[in-house]
Amino acid sequence: MLSKLKIALSTLVAGATVAAALTAYATTASAPAAANAAPPQAAMPAATAEPAKKESSSTADHSKFKALQVKFKTAPEVTKACLTCHTEAAKQIQKTKHWTWEFLNTETNQKLGKKHIINNFCTAVESNQKFCTACHVGYGWEDSKYDFSKQENVDCVVCHESTGTYRKVPGLSGHPTYKDMEYPPHSGKIVKAPDLAKVAQSVGKTSRANCGACHFNGGGGDAVKHGDLDSTLKDPPKFLDVHMEKKGLNFSCGACHMTSAHQVPGSRYTPTVDVNQGVPPHMRGKVDGSNPASCQSCHGSKPHPAKMAKLNEHTDKIACQTCHIPEFARGQATKMSWDWSTAGQLSPEGKPITKKDSGGHNAYDSKKGDFTWEDHVIPEYIWFNGKVNYTLRETKLDPTHVVKINSFEGSPTDGKSLIWPVKVFRGQQPYDSVSNTLLVPHTFGADGDSYWSNFNWDKSLAAGMKAANAPYSGQYGFVKTEMSWPITHMVAPKADALTCAQCHSKDGRLKNVQGIYMPGRGDQNKWLDYAGWTFALLTLIGVIVHGAGRIYTHRKG
Amino acid sequence: MTVEKIYVFKRFERLWHWSQATLIIFMLITGFEVHGSYHLFGFGKATSLHTISAWSLIGLWIFAIFWHITTGEWKQYIPTTDKVVAMMKFYSVGIFTNAPHPFRATVLKKHNPLQRLAYLGVLLFIGPLLWFSGWFYLFFADWNSWGVSKYVSLEWVAFFHTAGAFMMLLFVIAHVYLTTTGHTPTSHIKAMITGWEEVE
Repeated sequence: MLSKLKIALSTLVAGATVAAALTAYATTASAPAAANAAPPQAAMPAATAEPAKKESSSTADHSKFKALQVKFKTAPEVTKACLTCHTEAAKQIQKTKHWTWEFLNTETNQKLGKKHIINNFCTAVESNQKFCTACHVGYGWEDSKYDFSKQENVDCVVCHESTGTYRKVPGLSGHPTYKDMEYPPHSGKIVKAPDLAKVAQSVGKTSRANCGACHFNGGGGDAVKHGDLDSTLKDPPKFLDVHMEKKGLNFSCGACHMTSAHQVPGSRYTPTVDVNQGVPPHMRGKVDGSNPASCQSCHGSKPHPAKMAKLNEHTDKIACQTCHIPEFARGQATKMSWDWSTAGQLSPEGKPITKKDSGGHNAYDSKKGDFTWEDHVIPEYIWFNGKVNYTLRETKLDPTHVVKINSFEGSPTDGKSLIWPVKVFRGQQPYDSVSNTLLVPHTFGADGDSYWSNFNWDKSLAAGMKAANAPYSGQYGFVKTEMSWPITHMVAPKADALTCAQCHSKDGRLKNVQGIYMPGRGDQNKWLDYAGWTFALLTLIGVIVHGAGRIYTHRKG
Repeated sequence: MTVEKIYVFKRFERLWHWSQATLIIFMLITGFEVHGSYHLFGFGKATSLHTISAWSLIGLWIFAIFWHITTGEWKQYIPTTDKVVAMMKFYSVGIFTNAPHPFRATVLKKHNPLQRLAYLGVLLFIGPLLWFSGWFYLFFADWNSWGVSKYVSLEWVAFFHTAGAFMMLLFVIAHVYLTTTGHTPTSHIKAMITGWEEVE
């Protein structure tokens, strides 16, 4: 009975999926068809790659709105038009991390957010706002005096437009370019000024490409930062992302990061780790503060079928991601290290230089130093309970050791930790060698103090620390740092999940994970093995000798 | 010396013995692979085969226990010190000098005194050691709900389970060899297959 039901169900699902695929292929009206096969959240407009003529499930066609049929000169004018109807939108945005770039971790009492953290990629925002705020959901953040209360400075369209023509270029303080410009400078590539009216009229639900405009490019370029988020997710094949494949479930980011009042759940400052302890799977629609952006939120904590029951017994120790994201950077290479200490080498003519590695990736840039890139990277595995401690600007560090920009807390015995996969990003970056604290370099700007204009660390660091309103001894060095990134995106199809022996073997994936007994890993008591095999061998020799003796004496008569 | 035949192993007993033997040897093979001693089936396969065998053996034991109780055959395992020394002497000296076997099997006493002791040891010590540790191993995920997580660690469960497995391995080696020490080298084995034992 049950198996018949299963067959019927799977036939239905398969049928719906095929129907969805065919419809999507024939009419590009993928959204309503896909809704049959996928959870309701999947019924989002497809990514922006194929604009126009697609049927929308929305009840409003923004191109018919008079307020948007205007020749907009600047982007804040568009926002003003948006706010004439969406009266509360800007207020909502202004409460979010996307706007404030601030986050108070109430567990550690650390003030985090892009505004405060020094990472080991581009390091810090302070003094470099004009550049960095290309990824701010706002306009005009140039320096530390920015007015965070102006509603028209909220950037609505960066998250909602669907033309794919709207691009915030670094250096313009979060504005798009209003006239065609060459970017990057001297590259010969032209960034066209977007038609703001068309952009405004194209708005809809946030697509993968919208989120990706910033989140795929974290750390200064495509695929640099996360390892599990890059532009290949705009239209990922199934092997890359089992949830986001267009012909399959076609999830938007919001299908998991189910947003309400512009608050996007899911945070790597306070990741949800052990859903068995305290944080239950989130039921869509239920207002309880739990995090919908977890695997367990939909799949529960015992997701494997009965014939694989043993796997369900792993879920209290191992994060889903550990087996189901067997490698990261499966779409393209991600940056694995960044050594600022080698920056500043110039050509004989005194010009900045760049070098590429054998894979065609940026391996050296005078402005930034040395990089390494890797694809299909096997993650490192750690015990993690969701608590993250940061080395902040004022945190004392020990320059004789590798400084952990963020350290993930966890242990096999705290009852809250799971074994998680992480990308560990390693590098060297400037620190104050007298006060032993991390430094804020002033990198971007045509002001003569910025590192990218004169390759002078003394000036750059003095200017950066001054802008940050923080003390600087004037003495700097470079300290080795590492930063961990939880791997959670780009879930592979189940056929590609880790197999038992990839961990349960000597030299397996979890060889460095301490505090747990794993059969097959070589954790067994060596003395018992020596004793056991010795006695077995002695018994065997004993019976052979005894038998030989019997044969011998019987032959003798 | 006359040779006569007596019917010592009934049909169920023989079936029980050979399926148990197969399962135990198979569990030794798969178990030591899970333990990490070699690669044969692959860890995942070895684990599930080991688990399936364990459940099969449990099923078999339920029948066997029922059979022993209802037939009264459990009495065959009551230990005795009678002729133990004689048996030891026979295995260490007499067997080489063609001395007569100190024990004569009957339907009521089909095991010699050393056999009784060895089987009782398997029943009362090696078996329970493997079963208890094995059950804890199998239900690792339920320790929290059983409330035993604080007192048991997988490391020790695995230790005792492995120790039991080694003892079982020693037993199997010795047992297989000792089957050749009957009236003729094959008479015990024949008895276990046909039920009929040749005794002097």
